[in-house]
Amino acid sequence: MDFHKVGLSDSEYKTILEILGREPNALELELIGVMWSEHCSYKSTRPLLKTYPQKGKHVVQGQGENAGVVDLGEGWGLAFKVESHNHPSAIAPFHGAATGIGGIVRDIIAMGARPAVSMDGLFFGDSNLQKTHTLAKEVVKGIGFYGNAVGVPVLGGKTFYSPAYNGNPLVNAFGAGFVRLNKIASSQTAKPGEFAVLVGSKTGRDGIAGASFASRELDENDNASNPNIQIGDPFEEKLLIECCLDILDKDLMTSMQDMGAAGILSSSSEIAQKSGCGIDIQVLQIPLRDKGMEPWEIFLSESQERMLLIVKEENLDDVFKITKHYDLDCKTIGTLTDNRRYKVFKGDELIANLPIDILGDTPVKFWPSEVPADLSERQAIDLSTLKTTSPAEDILKLIACANGNSKHRIWEQYDSMVQLHTIMGPGSPVAAVEVPETKRACLLTMEAEPWKCFTDPYLGASETMALSLRGLWLSGADALGMTNCLNFASPEKSERFYELKESIKGLADTCRELDCPVVSGNVSLYNETVSAPIYPTPLVVTAGLIINRDEILKAGMTRSGDKIYLVGENDGSLGATRYQKMKNGKPLGKTVEPDYENEKLFRERAIKTAREKTANSGRVLAGGGLAVALANEAISSGVGMNISIKPQTTVESLLFSEGGARAIYSVPNNKIKEFENTWNGFSFDCIGTATGDSLSWDNLFTIPISDISKAFLEGE
Amino acid sequence: MKTSIVVFPGSSCDRDIERAISETLNTQVDMVWHEETTFSNDPDLVILPGGYSFGGYLRSGAMAACSNIIEAIKTHAAKGKMILGIANGFQILTEAQLLPGALIPNTSLTFICQKAYLRVEQTENMFTSDYKIGDVVQFPIAHHEGLYFLPPSELKELEDAGQVVFRYADPVTGESGAEYALEGSLNGIAGICNKKGNILGLMPHPERATFKHLNGGVDGIAFWKSIAKAFGERGGF
Repeated sequence: MDFHKVGLSDSEYKTILEILGREPNALELELIGVMWSEHCSYKSTRPLLKTYPQKGKHVVQGQGENAGVVDLGEGWGLAFKVESHNHPSAIAPFHGAATGIGGIVRDIIAMGARPAVSMDGLFFGDSNLQKTHTLAKEVVKGIGFYGNAVGVPVLGGKTFYSPAYNGNPLVNAFGAGFVRLNKIASSQTAKPGEFAVLVGSKTGRDGIAGASFASRELDENDNASNPNIQIGDPFEEKLLIECCLDILDKDLMTSMQDMGAAGILSSSSEIAQKSGCGIDIQVLQIPLRDKGMEPWEIFLSESQERMLLIVKEENLDDVFKITKHYDLDCKTIGTLTDNRRYKVFKGDELIANLPIDILGDTPVKFWPSEVPADLSERQAIDLSTLKTTSPAEDILKLIACANGNSKHRIWEQYDSMVQLHTIMGPGSPVAAVEVPETKRACLLTMEAEPWKCFTDPYLGASETMALSLRGLWLSGADALGMTNCLNFASPEKSERFYELKESIKGLADTCRELDCPVVSGNVSLYNETVSAPIYPTPLVVTAGLIINRDEILKAGMTRSGDKIYLVGENDGSLGATRYQKMKNGKPLGKTVEPDYENEKLFRERAIKTAREKTANSGRVLAGGGLAVALANEAISSGVGMNISIKPQTTVESLLFSEGGARAIYSVPNNKIKEFENTWNGFSFDCIGTATGDSLSWDNLFTIPISDISKAFLEGE
Repeated sequence: MKTSIVVFPGSSCDRDIERAISETLNTQVDMVWHEETTFSNDPDLVILPGGYSFGGYLRSGAMAACSNIIEAIKTHAAKGKMILGIANGFQILTEAQLLPGALIPNTSLTFICQKAYLRVEQTENMFTSDYKIGDVVQFPIAHHEGLYFLPPSELKELEDAGQVVFRYADPVTGESGAEYALEGSLNGIAGICNKKGNILGLMPHPERATFKHLNGGVDGIAFWKSIAKAFGERGGF
């Protein structure tokens, strides 16, 4: 069999021959090919991901497990991770998005946590194309179809439109769950003599070798008839959640792993390899959905809703009883051994016999990196040439545009309240959920800044990360940890690899400087079609904690009479902002340089402001800058504002620049002194008063909040 | 007072309701799996929770209505004891023909999760006695098959018998009717009871409007109080 067909290079095949001392048989070659694919092995990014800060006082489980876990106190942990389902969603938007939710939910179960929160990062093509809306509609329906039925609330997300995603949309699914710290499950605790038990759906021909599919560029012939696409059954998943948590609660398993990419192969080899064992698998024991499946198909099938549990012999009967209660298929398919070999039997016949490390210790791939030839072109703009003739008109356009308007038509299709723990749900800049049985709250922010990463991958990624932290700090939370989904084009092209490398560096430096460890993540490469690559799109989700949920500072709580404060510098950068993009039609110019010392000063003061309740409302500056932050605050609070502030540079920069630690606060008159004391040592300015029913700015503009509201809700 | 919450495979609001009533009612709570044939604790109140029983396959509630426990629920109903079905629980009650009508897909053909405003239309039942007729309350909705439907003659019968308990309404004017039903329910019907007033089914979720620190408001507290009041006044069954 040709090793190229399973995606192996000449040099990789040579290494395999050296390790084995013989030629692999056809089945062995299939198994190695998939485990060495980009999707399973992270071969292009592993050395880069090692540069992330991984330790922190709140980290209970860092990278290397199904999800990271941070300590929430009082015996509780948060297991969380974000994963991409880009390629499947491009080909079959409904099922691709739905199974993306299924996959992340199983990652959370695999940590022993009850899935409690989901969020979605969606990147669609040109908002002016009907095709984009058709695809978006299907993706949203798929997410709702699956998420609503498994009973996991959607607490927020990020939706972004750009022609850069025309042929290759991105669907990033974030999941989080609560777990008792003494009940965390692991995929590294199996022991020789224990049994590998497959629970859930039968194995079929769906999604065979999806991992290889995700490790190459999409081509024009990829379409919905492609058998690489999996079909999801949320009912089965819901039973799987309850069943696995039940088994775990009764201490009847020793280890657990979900079946995602490369199904039975990757779950069984990972659990054995990480646990320092070997494993014997009996292929005839695996319950099948389709007749006549070949062993390689069975091992690579990505049929959904399956989990692999490791169970001691004396607990097998109890496990079978519980799975029967939930009406789930359950079968012992293998035995852990002490010989560190991955063996597959078909009856008495040994059909694959590999050293376990060949499947787990996969080689690293180093790609050349080169500054993109057009990078200076992307950065070349004299930002002072951007002129507004009508600020009012521009503000309304920025609010109404596809990336600025309300996404309620999307999130109203998701159950955001099931499980009875949503404190702040979709529509809020920050999501908040109560920690079970406590007064604590866990806060979450999801951010991505593709335009800024396009014009400068390092600065863009750094600003993305800082933005996610500022949202938490402003709400009063300390950051616990971050998970990220790195969506990039082909690493085999040196200019694209440069973007990937620089973005990771931007995230790593910012996380290190601002004390936010990276606990989990996912990399999705080859996001491009024949016509074009996507923008470099690192997406981050950052988790924070507030000890007393009554101290959360929310947005949209401004009251008439409050003084409006701007904290931070008057100007960020207009580079690659929503305003600049609107004026020039494409992102140009760099965003701000990171200023970590300033961020730390902001952090300390923002958290203090929330805890001491010296402001009624607050909001960090993000897309659209100060003007859009004020406009959003006015409509969500239902009160107008009179603003008076002189530009230090240009009106445009003051109104619309983005980046840097900056926020607006609404401060009641009796708290002004305390508020100003808190912000002493940081740039701040009282810029107006909340009053009336218009947003007015000296003699620059007056916009009725009903007009802003209309633009926000109805869009362009 | 004793309560049994029936858990079907795919139920997702069972634990939510358990929490809401544990904090608002002085009641023992028993979670009962759908395969049981009897209620062992002789409950005063049986609750059918929201969610996707049996994945919502075939029709929402259709398969759950064939579960073992349904006979026990019917016996419980015949004794005049209280049964509450919320969302999928309401769908199961109609499928089991303990309440009239059917819940069919929303006119938008999409799932809708939003705050909904309801006018209390009658208080002569065991679930709304703590309200006044005309009160407008906010309970969130979250459903895909929430459009209440009945043939015209049966609809008239239901209305004439005063079995409509909650109707979607305008929060400002308090006016109720079909135009305020986001999913298109006939006559804006959000919740109904049987003629005896011991069985209530509603699509909105009162349990999601029970905790002040959460984002669903607190209008559901009076709903649970009504149940306690009905139970107290009658001194049990």
